[in-house]
Amino acid sequence: MKKIDKNKLILGIAAPVLAIVAALAITSVIILATGKDPIHAYLVMADFGSKSDSQVWIINKAVPYYLSALAVAIGFRMNLFNIGVDGQYRIAAFFAAVVGGALTLPGFLQIPIIIIVAMLVGSVWAGIAGLLKTTRGVSEVITTIMLNAIAAAVIGYFLQDGRLAVKDGNLFHTPNLPASSHFFTIPTQPAPLDGFLVIAVVVGFVYWFVLNRTRFGFDLRTVGQSESAAEAGGVSVQRMIVTSMLLSGAAAGLIGMPTLLGSSYNYGTDFPIGIGFTGIAIALLGRNHPLGMAAAALLWGFLERTGTQLEFEDYQQEIVGVMQGVIVLCVVVAYELVRRYGLRLQQRQVGAELAAQARKTEKAEVSS
Amino acid sequence: MELRGITKRFPGVVANHDIDITIHRGTVHALVGENGAGKSTLMKILYGMQKPDEGTIRIDGDQVSFHSPADAIARGIGMVHQHFMLADNLTVLENVVLGGEKLHGIGAKARAEILKISDRYGLGVRPDVLVEDLGVADRQRVEILKVLYRGARTLILDEPTAVLVPQEVDALFDNLRELKAEGLTVIFISHKLGEVLSVADDITVIRRGTTVASVVPGETTPKQLAELMVGSELPSPQTRESTVTDVKMLQVEGLRLTTADAEGVERTVLEDVSLTIHKGEVLGIAGVEGNGQAELVEAIMGMRDPDGGTITLDGIDISHLPTRTRREDGIGYIPEDRHRHGLLLEAPLWENRILGHVTQKPNAKGRLLDLKAARADTERIVAEYDVRTPGIEVTAASLSGGNQQKLIFGREMSHHPKLLIAAHPTRGVDVGAQAQIWDQIRTARHEGLAVLLISADLDELIGLSDGLRVMYRGRLVADADPATITPEELGSAMTGAASGHLTHSDNDSAAEQEPRSSQEGESE
Repeated sequence: MKKIDKNKLILGIAAPVLAIVAALAITSVIILATGKDPIHAYLVMADFGSKSDSQVWIINKAVPYYLSALAVAIGFRMNLFNIGVDGQYRIAAFFAAVVGGALTLPGFLQIPIIIIVAMLVGSVWAGIAGLLKTTRGVSEVITTIMLNAIAAAVIGYFLQDGRLAVKDGNLFHTPNLPASSHFFTIPTQPAPLDGFLVIAVVVGFVYWFVLNRTRFGFDLRTVGQSESAAEAGGVSVQRMIVTSMLLSGAAAGLIGMPTLLGSSYNYGTDFPIGIGFTGIAIALLGRNHPLGMAAAALLWGFLERTGTQLEFEDYQQEIVGVMQGVIVLCVVVAYELVRRYGLRLQQRQVGAELAAQARKTEKAEVSS
Repeated sequence: MELRGITKRFPGVVANHDIDITIHRGTVHALVGENGAGKSTLMKILYGMQKPDEGTIRIDGDQVSFHSPADAIARGIGMVHQHFMLADNLTVLENVVLGGEKLHGIGAKARAEILKISDRYGLGVRPDVLVEDLGVADRQRVEILKVLYRGARTLILDEPTAVLVPQEVDALFDNLRELKAEGLTVIFISHKLGEVLSVADDITVIRRGTTVASVVPGETTPKQLAELMVGSELPSPQTRESTVTDVKMLQVEGLRLTTADAEGVERTVLEDVSLTIHKGEVLGIAGVEGNGQAELVEAIMGMRDPDGGTITLDGIDISHLPTRTRREDGIGYIPEDRHRHGLLLEAPLWENRILGHVTQKPNAKGRLLDLKAARADTERIVAEYDVRTPGIEVTAASLSGGNQQKLIFGREMSHHPKLLIAAHPTRGVDVGAQAQIWDQIRTARHEGLAVLLISADLDELIGLSDGLRVMYRGRLVADADPATITPEELGSAMTGAASGHLTHSDNDSAAEQEPRSSQEGESE
């Protein structure tokens, strides 16, 4: 039994390691093709990435990435492809910024209100896709990606002078949040860490706990593994689809919060976009596992941080984008390979162990 | 054809080892063994789907080594699979020529060839009919024709009778005799001994992955064969004394169910189904698969919402309650397709133990899972129900079919159901597990369990049931007393040839024939 557990662990680690090694190999070939030295590039990245200011930057960057990956992973565990996390977090952050900008309450009230508004808006937006899937049978991939576009249009409409935004130079943004809604930071050198790191860790833990330790989580995973078995087992698949979309959207609502409450204090035309798609890549890389996704989010931050430095060394900065893309592709392939291999390996082991048991009892029968 | 010392190490519980078989040209050679004994693996080796680790295969004295089915076909070996490999939306002609276009083209020449083969062996195949309009027996003949069309001189038939009713089995055997008469060789895999004895010239018995005996039908009896197969006496599903009480446990009245097919056309799958099962009663439903048995089960389980009628469990109307409530109220379920409905194949055994009972003790404490108790209880089920596994952390997929079924059975019985729905409870299960499951159903029935039993194994149905109903085209068309009825008599009702109350008669005319013209007009 121990042997099988050990194998499970090795196989679990094998997939991402395999993927990253393969990705490094492919990227090296690409860098070589541009006539540059790949080893030097990696050294530059490792050196720059390990500087203390880089570390802070990477962690702060990883926080929203991680939250985004969690939002995507909730869907993945259900076999739902919530491609609309991007639209969900943006529209959530926008309305949270509007509400926050209109209120002046003490921080202990104001901050939770802003976060709750964001989560509500995110889940409503995702819930639309869930309802369409259960009532009309529309694939969530289609609806969520279209809702992304609609979210962008809605934000674009309101983000104008005289509607819900104010003009500030060339930019439009929602009224600034009062100082009471500034989120706390963790004082570190040379720059402070975003206090939302704590929230991200808590959400990661809740994700793990709900999925693995509650009845609800079991039902959710059951649907993800086999819809037919879940239905026969008494799970209402329809209701589960809506519920998990709502949860996924609520988690998506958190993605914009570190930026809104920690640095921008408003939602403007320069609010970061695309984190929802990054989350898909990170959830894939981290195998929907809370720790795996944390590592993947940090890796992503590392690549982005060090990519800028490559430019100074006369490398194409796009090489980082290539690397990220290659990693995701390698990950998908590697996981599938390792999964199939693991299943076969286990079947063989079970067969062998049982055969050994059978031989033993047979011998015992003969000798007695 | 000779197989010598074939050994195959293979994931799963049974591997082939030291298989020795000699098959003579122009004979029907039966390969018998309990489920999971390694028959199918052996055939896959012979058909080039798997390579043996050791051993040799000789055909007409030449040693051969097959790397793919194409090699086997080139040597004149063809296989008719247990699950048909036909495209429903193509005609018979198209199905036959598919992949063999080079042989006789796809037009008139191919049609002529098909008709020639069909006539020669008495297959009665019509080349221009859509496969989806064909019944199971006709599809099987198309599969046989497909193999012959490719020039096979040796046919492997993997459990060909599993999906047929007795009358169709007889027709198939007539076809096989024709093939034999023309000098073809047939390898016939089965675990139904009566059939084997009636059609085979030679019989090889496989047990635990190896050949244990070669016999000829004239010199053996079903009983001896059975003992060779299992290495001990064959269990019988016979129920002893009746334990039927007059407490009604499940009552289904006027149940009606329609579904819309892919084109949106409403189709009635259950019509006016009424039945009652009392405490301590096993009610068996016979019927060719696809006549509404699966839908009936799903309606009772709450996976489909009936369009009319009521379902009452122990006095409570459950017609429209969700599945989970019904399970909590005491319905246990052994699904027909355990991989799709009964297990999470890639999850460990203890998670499979929770499946379907996540709200119940010992799996949950309030809204939280109680992993420790669930694991402990899984250990108990594994021990009590003799699930052969190295531990409870392995995935369900790594167990053999019989052990998966024992786990499911143990899980369902652990929640002391009032009603057990057992759909093909011993399908794909070895004889040992079969006997055990039968015993446990009998014991539970003795303690007052009501059982709805659906099975394609007529011996199992007759042996276990206290009452029998026959389902045909979504209706319960006939009933019978299992104490007197024979499988043949049941079989004729399953094809719609008889209805009403079936009584046993000694001259083989089977059941009371009722005029069926009115009903037929209605359902077509």
